[in-house]
Amino acid sequence: MSARTNNTQPWDAVVIGGGVMGCSTALHLAQGGMRVALVDRGPLCREASGVNAGTLTLHMTRAALIPYAMRAWQMWMEAERWLGMGVLATGVPGLTLAFTDAECELVEVRAKARREFGAPIEVISPQRARQIEPGLHPSLLKAGYCEIDGFASAYLTGRAFRHALTRAGVTVFENAPVEAVDSGDGGHAVRLAAAAGLAPLRTRRVVLAGGVWIENMLAWLGVNIPVKVLINQLVVTERIRPVMRTVLSVASGLLSLKQFANGTVLIGGGWQGEGDRERGGVEARPQNLVGNMRLAAYAVPALSEARVARIWLGLEAETADAMPIIGDVPGASHAWVIGSAHSGYTSGPFMGRILAQHILGQTPELPLFDPARLLGMPMPGA
Amino acid sequence: MSAPVPLDLLVIGAGPAGARAALRARSCGLSVLLVDENPGAGGQVWRPLPAAFERRGDAPPSPEARDGDALRHELRRSGVKSLFGHKVWNIGSDLRTDVIGPDGSRSWHPRALLVATGTTERVVPFPGWTLPGVIGLAAATILLKSQNMLPGRRTVVAGSGPLLLAVANGILKAGGEVAAVVDIASRGEWLRTLPSLTGRPDLVWQGMQWQWRLRAAGVPVLYRHAVRAVESAGNGFGVRIGPVDASGRPLERAGVERVWQADAVAVGHGLVPGTDVTRLLRARHRFVRERGGWIAQADADGRTSVPGLYIAGDGAGIAGAAAAGAHGEIAALACALDLGVLDAGTHARLRAPLASQWARSARFGHAMAGLMALRAGAVAGIAADTVVCRCEDVTRAQIDAAVREGARDVNQLKAWTRCGMGPCQGRTCGDVAGALVAAQVGGREAAGFFTGRAPLRPVSLAEVAGEYTYADIPIPKAAPL
Repeated sequence: MSARTNNTQPWDAVVIGGGVMGCSTALHLAQGGMRVALVDRGPLCREASGVNAGTLTLHMTRAALIPYAMRAWQMWMEAERWLGMGVLATGVPGLTLAFTDAECELVEVRAKARREFGAPIEVISPQRARQIEPGLHPSLLKAGYCEIDGFASAYLTGRAFRHALTRAGVTVFENAPVEAVDSGDGGHAVRLAAAAGLAPLRTRRVVLAGGVWIENMLAWLGVNIPVKVLINQLVVTERIRPVMRTVLSVASGLLSLKQFANGTVLIGGGWQGEGDRERGGVEARPQNLVGNMRLAAYAVPALSEARVARIWLGLEAETADAMPIIGDVPGASHAWVIGSAHSGYTSGPFMGRILAQHILGQTPELPLFDPARLLGMPMPGA
Repeated sequence: MSAPVPLDLLVIGAGPAGARAALRARSCGLSVLLVDENPGAGGQVWRPLPAAFERRGDAPPSPEARDGDALRHELRRSGVKSLFGHKVWNIGSDLRTDVIGPDGSRSWHPRALLVATGTTERVVPFPGWTLPGVIGLAAATILLKSQNMLPGRRTVVAGSGPLLLAVANGILKAGGEVAAVVDIASRGEWLRTLPSLTGRPDLVWQGMQWQWRLRAAGVPVLYRHAVRAVESAGNGFGVRIGPVDASGRPLERAGVERVWQADAVAVGHGLVPGTDVTRLLRARHRFVRERGGWIAQADADGRTSVPGLYIAGDGAGIAGAAAAGAHGEIAALACALDLGVLDAGTHARLRAPLASQWARSARFGHAMAGLMALRAGAVAGIAADTVVCRCEDVTRAQIDAAVREGARDVNQLKAWTRCGMGPCQGRTCGDVAGALVAAQVGGREAAGFFTGRAPLRPVSLAEVAGEYTYADIPIPKAAPL
């Protein structure tokens, strides 16, 4: 497909970065009538979008993003309809657990804050929680309960989006690293690494959707906005008998736990491993691996006997205020940026849709997150 | 978690390469820890008896059992610290090595790490290859060597390489029946390996003995044939066998297929170097078909692209057990030189005889590895509905469909189909899946290999977590609200 594409006529839009945010933006731009190219330095959805825990929860979503996450949750559940292929999205209730007094307090405060933004979260007794999820540890003191929760198999994201993008007529350039974006009157030239063997992509509009690499991408356009890189550890077990049916988290947010239909249990929660933007995820930190597994096996004791099949790392981006960066690139013309949403996988499809609406000149269903607010904002702890 | 214990050299795998490496490194003065998941040293070729087994007093030990016993004796007296029945499950980029045993997980921090993990058997899938009673040639050698067990009463022995003859003879010697030996290679291919046997009259003699025993037992040997399917029939199997061309592709002539009755099938299509550790540590790899497939790039002394990481033996490219011992010692000398306990002159003097020993042995090993190399026609001939990834039940048709849809390397294939995501982590299917992708994307380099991930062996949460209370869990500060 790529080699035969007429490259002399400028694209209406080139989206750089083929994760959930970039794919969804490209898809919705194409559905809005634009001629769109999507470029990624690797294959589609193989960084955070393909290796995250697939949690579609409100319990771990930042309170202000609840309305976005709820709309995106619906999109994931209906992926077959708008992508033409599903990601095994499964709606189940979610519980967030408290085992100490401090965690009980945290559950109350956080449930209240999220309720204010529309999340149907209630705080329930340990008895009721164990009726919903009988395998929970008997020392449970309290739980937050949300009917709207669930999970997807994130590794299927690339396949589903590729299917949808192909049907929508988006041209996908994989394994084509972008080296620079040259902006001039009336458009941009997206320069690709020599190895890709492609002439620069000339385009009216450019969208930067590079996950943790957004900071580098913004620098192409002379904009300096720091983006922090989190190196999240993930663990999946071999298939085991059914030991749980809900999505579980703990009050602090440092655990996500779900059992897929195939019997494997995925343990996440954002325990940090080694790595950085340049090298990607390098390796798990042994003490964090132990901590994460202890927490999982504590919450659901039957998990102790499960064997770990695979451990890996996924990168997550965070801005100075830990809110997304979605909107016009400050000081640049016809350039947009999208990324850094906390729980970005959950909200990703909807975020791409509203940015596309904005680029297409429509009013987005919900407000964007103006990147300009982050200019000069210091990164906490930096 | 207690702090990792420092030492000079940690050797993973106590087969000929790893055990000889450990002995040589110790004799150079290095502190050495040798770890193997098996109950004793010897690896596949000198496999030790399981605990509570002993050899019958009136049965003379085989030459392999004798050599294995001698090696185990030497190790016990050497000052090499050995951990058998222990699994290495994770290794950090600083070479910190996490080992799980009956007492939980412990960590060591070696200055150098030598990987001698040997190979995994390859089976080119056919309908029925996952049935109970269909086992690998290597699995059959484990049964025969370590427990004197027969795979069945009447066994079809099929595939490629020297294990065919070894297994068929092992079965006859143990009193079993061999229905047929089914060999992808032609008689001519075997004859062309003869020059590599110069200087190894022992192997010539063994080969002739094996041939004589098969002939005396009236075992048919079908060259240029392969098993096409195994079907359950009564208490046993109907084994469909037919001719193939030189690339291993089934020949479709009317009436050429025959069904053989048997109650066991031992089948293997060569060995694939174990690269779990070198892939995990992101060493550079290269694809060398006639050495078994993907292997870590290394110099002649086993130094990989990762400082401090060495490989030796068949895991470094198949050259056979005889060469593996010398290779292990050469790599150990390189460790000793690099760690500064050996001067260059002494190193050169000690290395020279090992290098010629290796060259002599590897000549034969490489010829055998050539016979065992994966054949393109055999892969092309896998039927669409045949399961390729047996952990996750992924068929050839599903793999082809994913590649057609745009999964252009094995890792994207893995994500899209779960091929290689099961408990074996692609050790069983990885080579064949790679060949299937490669056929459509222009080669094995483009198709790549499964990214290495911990754990190197499955470990339970309980083993990793150990004893603890909730207060022992160092929960980091809460995520932003």
